[in-house]
Order: sequence, then C-alpha cells, then structure tokens
Amino acid sequence: MSIIQKTATEQLALLRSGEITSVELTQAYLNRIHQVEPAIGAFLRVESEAALTQAAEVDRKRETGEPLGKLAGLPVAIKDILCTKDTPTTCGSKMLENFVPPYNATVVEKLQAADAVILGRTNMDEFAMGSSTENSAYHPTQNPWDTSRIPGGSSGGAAACISADMAPLSLGTDTGGSIRQPAALCGCVGLKPTYGRVSRYGLIAFASSLDQIGPLAKTVEDVALLMEVLAGHDALDSTSVDTPVPAYSGSVHQPLESLTLGVVNQHFGAGIDAEIEAAVKQAIATYTSLGATIKNIEMPHADYGIATYYIIAPCEASSNLARYDGAHYGYRTDHAELVEDGTDEGPLVRMYRKTRSEGFGAEVQRRIMLGTYALSEGYYDAFYLKALKVRRLIRQDYDNAFGEVDMIIGPVTANAAFSKGEKTSDPMAMYLEDLYTVTANLAGVAGISLPCGFTKSGLPIGLQLQAAPFQEEKLLRAAQMFQNATDFHTRRPEL
Amino acid sequence: MSDAPYEIVIGLEVHVQLKTNTKLFCRCSTMFGSPPNTQTCPVCLGMPGALPVMNKKAYFLGMKTALALHCGIPKFTKWDRKNYFYPDLPKGYQTSQFDLPMSEEGYLDIQSTKDEFEPRRVRIIRAHLEEDAGKSIHDEVAGKGDSRIDLNRTGTPLLEIVSYPDMRSAAEAKVYMQELRLLLTYLEVSDCNMQEGSLRCDANVNLHIPTENGVIATPIVEIKNMNSFRSVERGINYEAKRQYDVWQETGKILGELPKQTRGWDDSAQVTRAQREKEESADYRYFPCPDLVPVVVTDEQIEEVRSGIGELPSGLRQRLESDFGLSTYTSDVIVNQGRALVDYFLELAATCGDHKLAGNWIQGEVLRILNDQEISIDEFKLTPSQMAELLRLVQAGDLDSSKAKDVFTAMLESGQSAADVVEDLGIERVDEGALEDLCRMLIERNQRVVDDVKGGNEKAVGALIGQAKKENPNVNPGQVRQICLDIIKNI
Amino acid sequence: MSLTRQDVEKVALLARLRFDDAELDKITEHMVQIVQYVDKLSELNTEEVEPMAHALDIHNALAEDELRPSLLRDEVLKNAPKHDGEYFLVPAVLGE
Repeated sequence: MSIIQKTATEQLALLRSGEITSVELTQAYLNRIHQVEPAIGAFLRVESEAALTQAAEVDRKRETGEPLGKLAGLPVAIKDILCTKDTPTTCGSKMLENFVPPYNATVVEKLQAADAVILGRTNMDEFAMGSSTENSAYHPTQNPWDTSRIPGGSSGGAAACISADMAPLSLGTDTGGSIRQPAALCGCVGLKPTYGRVSRYGLIAFASSLDQIGPLAKTVEDVALLMEVLAGHDALDSTSVDTPVPAYSGSVHQPLESLTLGVVNQHFGAGIDAEIEAAVKQAIATYTSLGATIKNIEMPHADYGIATYYIIAPCEASSNLARYDGAHYGYRTDHAELVEDGTDEGPLVRMYRKTRSEGFGAEVQRRIMLGTYALSEGYYDAFYLKALKVRRLIRQDYDNAFGEVDMIIGPVTANAAFSKGEKTSDPMAMYLEDLYTVTANLAGVAGISLPCGFTKSGLPIGLQLQAAPFQEEKLLRAAQMFQNATDFHTRRPEL
Repeated sequence: MSDAPYEIVIGLEVHVQLKTNTKLFCRCSTMFGSPPNTQTCPVCLGMPGALPVMNKKAYFLGMKTALALHCGIPKFTKWDRKNYFYPDLPKGYQTSQFDLPMSEEGYLDIQSTKDEFEPRRVRIIRAHLEEDAGKSIHDEVAGKGDSRIDLNRTGTPLLEIVSYPDMRSAAEAKVYMQELRLLLTYLEVSDCNMQEGSLRCDANVNLHIPTENGVIATPIVEIKNMNSFRSVERGINYEAKRQYDVWQETGKILGELPKQTRGWDDSAQVTRAQREKEESADYRYFPCPDLVPVVVTDEQIEEVRSGIGELPSGLRQRLESDFGLSTYTSDVIVNQGRALVDYFLELAATCGDHKLAGNWIQGEVLRILNDQEISIDEFKLTPSQMAELLRLVQAGDLDSSKAKDVFTAMLESGQSAADVVEDLGIERVDEGALEDLCRMLIERNQRVVDDVKGGNEKAVGALIGQAKKENPNVNPGQVRQICLDIIKNI
Repeated sequence: MSLTRQDVEKVALLARLRFDDAELDKITEHMVQIVQYVDKLSELNTEEVEPMAHALDIHNALAEDELRPSLLRDEVLKNAPKHDGEYFLVPAVLGE
C-alpha cells in the first residue's frame, strides 16, 4: 500500500516515528495530484511550493526537537471559502477572482498552529451555493468513482480530493448539506459540527445562521483528528460557543455502551432510490447487531425543511452578498461600459448592477433574487418570518427526538451521484438534493456522513447520523463502531 | 411665532457618537481626523468572512444615556440589518436595531431661558444603537469624476434618539438639542461636537393649519444636514414657511404625497429636495445572524443608573432651592457644564455667600471665559483664590468696582487678592475718618442736604463722587449710608 | 402567490442586479416555481410559534473597548478596483 493510501492517523504515526518525513508525504500527494487532478478537477489552486516549504519547516522542527502541533506534517486541503492572508481566496466566484485577504480565518490559524501543511484550495459551488460543484466559476469537479458524474457540492472538491487520495484531510463547509452530501457521493467521511462549535471567522458567509466548517477524511478517526484541531471558542465569532472541546481522537475508538438510534419514517418515503434505501436499512441492521436499540421516531416537520431552508438561506445570502458591489474589493465592471445606457440610473447604480450581474453566476443571482424578494415589504411575514417559525418547529422535532434517542440514523441523499448537467436547468430538483441534510443546519445539530455501501454500478452510498448539539464525541464514537464492523470506507475508486 | 397662521409640528432624530475608544463591532479606533482609511480592519471594511463583535462599553454608554432620558430598558435586545447599497456602507447593510431596541419611552424636559415658550416635556420614542457609515467626498461637479470614500468613520457607535413629534416651534427644537447636548455632556457619553459630526440632527416637520373645514396637516418632510443649533432653528423656520406656501399653492395634505427628504443648505439658507432614489426605500430589515442578542439583569441596569450622577435639571433646582440662586443664574451656570457647577459649589462653600458666588461666576468669571474662549478648567483662579476676593467684598473692604479691578489684576499677575489690594494701595478707610469726611462734605453741600430732605435720596450720589476724589479707597456704599444717616439727623 | 415579470424587475433593482429580456423570463419562471414550492409552509399553523433567527440560544457576546491595530492603508487599498492611494474611488452617485 502506498503512503497516500494510508489514513491520516497512520501517516501521523509514521511521521512521528520518523519513518517518513513531511516533505516525502507532501511530495507523494503532489505527485498524485499531478497524476489524477486533470481528470478530477478537485483543486482551484495547488500550492506546491508553499506546501513543500511548510513541510520542510515541520521536518526541521521535528529534527531539532521543537514542540510540534497535533497535525504536524500532515497535508490538508482547504475549501476555497476560508480566508488566508496574502493568498487568493475566490469562493469559486469570478467576483473574488483577484481577492487576496489581508487576514486569516481562525481555522486557518488553527491549522497553522497545529503544523499542518496546506496543500491547496479545493473547488466548490460559487459562494457554496449548489449541490454538484457545477456552479464553480472556474471549472467543474468530477466524481472520482465515475468522472461523468458530479461529486456533490458545494464542498465537491473537498470530498473528491479525499476519495481520489489527493489529500488525507480536507476542510469543507456545510450550510444545508455541503459537507455531508459530497462526502456521501464520493465515499468519504464528512462531519458537520454543531452550529457554534467551530469559529466561522474568515469563512466567507453564505447563510450565517446555518454555515459551519467541518472536516472530511477517509475514516472517522481521521475526521476526529482534524475536528479536535478545528473546534473551540473564538472571541472573534459572536456565535461561537464556549464549551470545552473533548479529545475526539482519543475517545473515538471507545464503543458506546448503550446506543439508541431513531429512524424517521419520512426518510424512506417516495423518492428514495431502492438501492440507497436497502444500504441504509442494512446499516441499521448492522447497528442492531452491534447492540444498538432502534426506535421509530416522528419528525413531523421534516418535509418542510427544504421550503424553510430555501427561504432563510437566500434571505441571509442576499444580505451577506450585498458587499460584493465593486466598490472596495473584488470584481468591478469595466469602466468603459459605464457610459450612459439609456436608463435613468446614475453612474454608481449602473456600476453596481453591471458588476454584480457580471461577477455572480446564475445560481448565486437566483438566490440573491429570492432572498431579496422574501425580505421585501409585503412579503417578509409570509416568507421570512414564517420560515423562522417553522425553523423552530423543526428544532422542536429534534429536541423531542433527542429526548427519546441518542442519535438519528438515515440516508444522506435520496440518490447516488447524478450525471453532470442532469439538474443544472432545474433548480428545484437540485434543491431537493438537500432533503435529508438541511434540517440539521436549521436546527443547529451535528451530523456525520459515512460510507455504508455501493450501488450496483459502483457508486458510493452514504449513511447519516445526527446527534444533539455538542454531542460530536458520541457521534464520532458511534460512527467508528460502524467502521469497525464494515469495510466500505476502505474502498477506493480506480483512477 | 404665535401669529403665524399654522402650528409647526416637529420630531427630532438625533444621532450621537458614543465616546468609546473602539468601534461598535471591531476594535479599530474611533478617533476623528486621522488620514483617510487608516482606521479600518477586515470587519469595518466589510471584507468577506469578517465577523462583528459588539463593543460592551458602547452598549452601557447607550444604556446610561437612555436611563438619563427616563427610558425603559428592555431585558432583551437584538441587532438587525438595514439593507441598502451605498459606497460608504461597505457591507451593503447597516447594523442597527429595528423592532427590539435597547431602550424605549422616555422624555426630556425643556424650558426657555428667554421665555420663548412654555416649559415642555418632549417624549422620547426610543434610543437605539447602530453603526455609523463612512464618508463620501463627491466631486464639485456632480456626475463628473469619481467620488472618494474614506471608511475611518465606518462602524463608529451611534445612539439614535428619536423623539415624538412633540415640539411646536423651531425655538423648542433648538432648545431640545441644546438641552440634549448638555445632558450628554454631563453624562460624558459623547464629545457632542457638531462640527465634527459627533452630534447630528434630522427633523421631521409638518404644519397643522386651521381651516374652515377643521385642522389640516401638511405632508411630512425630513430635513437633514443641520449641523449647528442655529441651523436647526433656521432650517425648521424656513421649512415651515415653505410648506405653508406650497400648501397655499397646491392644497396637498398629509397622505397625498410621500414623505420627502430635504437637505438644509446653510450657505443659501434654504432647504433643497434631495434627489429621489431610484426606488422607494425598502430596507429589508431582518435579525443579524452574526450578532447574538444582549440580555441584561435588573442589577446591571441599577448599577448603571447609580453611576449617572446629578443631571442638569436636578442641579438647576438644587442651585435655586439650596443656594438661593435666581432661575436665570442657576440656568446660566448649569448650562455651562458640570465643571462650572463644581467650581460654583466649591466657591460657594468656601466663601459662604452663595448668591455672591453665583453672581460673580455668572458675571465676571463667565465674561473672562467667553472673552478668552477658554473653559473653566483653563481659568487661572482657583475657587479658594476667588473666595479670598469675595470675602473682601463681603467684609465691605472692596466695593464692586474695586473688586473687579482686583479680579483683573489677580488674573494678570497671578497674585492673591490680599497682595493685589496691597499693591494697588487699596486700604480700608477707618470708620471714624470716613464719618469726618462725610460731615465735611455735607457742610460744603447744603443743596444736597435740601434735596435729600426733600425726598430725593439719589442726590447723595454727588457726595459719593466727591468722597472718592478725597480718598480713592472709600467704599461708595458706606459713604452713601453714612451721609444719609447724618442728613436725616440734621 | 403570483410573481410577475415586473415584480422580478423591481426586485432586481433592489438587489442591484440586471437581467436582459431572456434572462428575465428565465429567472421569473424559476422564481415562480420556487415560490410555489416554498409556499407549502402556509399549510402550517404557526400562530403560537416564536421565530427562531439563531441556531443556538446564546447571548451577550461582548468585547472590551480595547484598541487593536488597524490594517495599514496599503493593505486596505490593495484589493480596491480603483483607488488613489488614500481613498477608494467609485463612480459618482448622481449622473448628468
């Protein structure tokens, strides 16, 4: 087995024992990227030189016996939505093509403090809006299991680079399923932490009350390893929560002595693919064989999740994306075009409208329009306020459920990876991709996606576990129990 | 005013920059006058990914002000986004408070020192926190060339104090602003510098006009850019006349026209319609997801309340009732600010004669402060030095004109009152010698004696003049009294 | 709930976006479709329900009023599409 096929945890042990150096490991990944990236397109930028320099620095520290961080020498790929000082950060948008942040996201600082090696920036749907990574302004990303298919989104690059062995660890963000859905479609593990568990400072906002940063990796223990570094309170993020961070990687291998899992009937209604349903039900059976108790639970408002989400998220986005107006940074329309164009608008308004129409892609514009409409006079109560109320009902469903069960078990998606272009002209069909994932964001709870099978045509199938706020430790331990009993997570696509 | 064929109805929205070191949502400096774009960071620049964190001091300064305005403080308050595009607003929204402001329902009492109107209680609708915008500098020729944007001011904490439309004249509006500024100065919550924009005022104005068919109201106009007390008064009076003329011309009343915004042009002394925006304002307020609500306890509110200290209205009453000052004198002293009040209190306590202390401060001391354009902190004489002077006056050693000479000399030389008196050769005249002098003058001036006996006591003034020629140190009051006594006994 | 092309044009101005005729037809169609879908929330009676704007019930994230360094002006302006070394430059607000 080559070094890049090993898990991050295994690689870390080899780095510590001195069997490999960080430069060797980093070079091995760069070689792999060189080899398969043309077919996958997981990265927006590979930062080879910086990565090797960083790796050499970690090796030097290790040699001289200096203290090392928790991820010392391990390469990490970062979704191109996390601001990194003096390094371009585009958010998958033409709008930020030339944007170079003068500051670091808190998680980037944490990675640096942990002596991780940043490999590069992964591709994504523009401003994290999408479920297929086809909305990237730069190029699409192919699913490593079938390059005619999408990898999911919006963290499509983050998931694809893991399953194609182009990075051992990656960072994604999840607003309505953007970590869990691509993790499921690419056959890797992805965790959406509890809202407030990981600082959002420096995460380019899509929908602030829903966005969370989370780890992706090949295995649950690797996810635990990275999560331990990411989690924690940050005084720069008012919505980050000051509760202690458990040592996830230390406890992940302890099986839970008792585990009650809830199954939501609505998850298996019309629309779910038979192969997915079978794989998820098989996973439930696996948990039963591991001693878990299975309970049927009601989530009466689960079916309203998409409608609620597609009001709240666009409303927040319409405001969050107002700053991209060509005035202070980012794209500005060509001044030559700012001449009088027959409208009665002043030059400033013309600049705004042209800049934003040229700088944003169609999906981003659609969501800005939806959000602007839903917040506008006369519609606020019917849409936005109504959605906030239903959001509470969804949260209450979760509270009731977690009164009865430890975790909720179910599918991540209704179907395996779909073909490129299949849903690009039908926004509503694309939105329904998030059916099983959005409610966790609305309620703020934690959710994890892990491989639980493959379709006959060889596409990965994901299993979702959701736990009450700040129960990531239990969630990871339960997920690890499944991986101890199965080998789906060890399978890799042929590339 | 009262003879105008209409009543003016005025409500004011006052923006106060709170005196914090740092901005409302980031820790950049709020200092005025720095080079452009040197007090900004990712947060106040609205950079992608940057997040706001509320300034604790700004919240508590806001609460202190609201309490001093007798507002109620809700236990729960939250932040909302007001969405609109403008280049001095880099996030594309202003973080403000919409439906759950940090304070509600208070009042400010105003009265005129010049009897321009009856004392009035102006009710406050709310005082809420919000962030200031940056500055846009437009080219002289509108539409030609670029506008320049300085974001130093962006994010400076503002308290917006919104009154009910309770004022009925421009003079009331001006006094409301002055009284509010005084209150804010006492509270030490703001620099209140109107030139630097740390105190700004917008007025909502319309008219109630009695007609044969009852009272009609004209459409409401919001006046902006009134950057001095004088312009508040002039802007409103101009606008009232303009609205009356327009009503006479068009007959349009409230509800028939949308609310208009007009800017006060101080150089031309007119209000001008501001260009209508491309669309009607729709700010799409919604709760800011990046900021969490603030929850306070009764204990915290009481702690702030107990730190407020004495306010102008209470001090005025105390100076009148406890110190026997006239309404006018106490107004004059209190309106100069807390430092002068403290000066008075110390002087009154040291010299013992409260009225004398009040009169001297209201008169001579303030004259010097105004002439030299200095504050009481820069005034040369300490209250104890002043007290020494006033004690000489009390003892009758100095008449008022001599005392003023001594006062002037003290300011110039920095010497004590006693030293100045000695230097100037002012000596107390022995009572026996003074009586001898008076008798001599009376003998010389039979005419004065006749006049006084005839009922004209003022005639004795002639003797005072002569006495001063004989001995410059005589106290005119004493001379007058002694002469009168002698004449009566003749 | 009907949503017309004219409504969409108004929203586009509020959002500072601009669509040509073909785009306007398409986005109107999409918005109508989505609005029809999300309107399913009106099935629910939410009269007694408190709105939930934040995922978590947290409050009082307050910072002390202590200065931190600002960015250097060069850093501030380096991302600006147009500047003069001191100020951001933007097209004039008013035309003519």
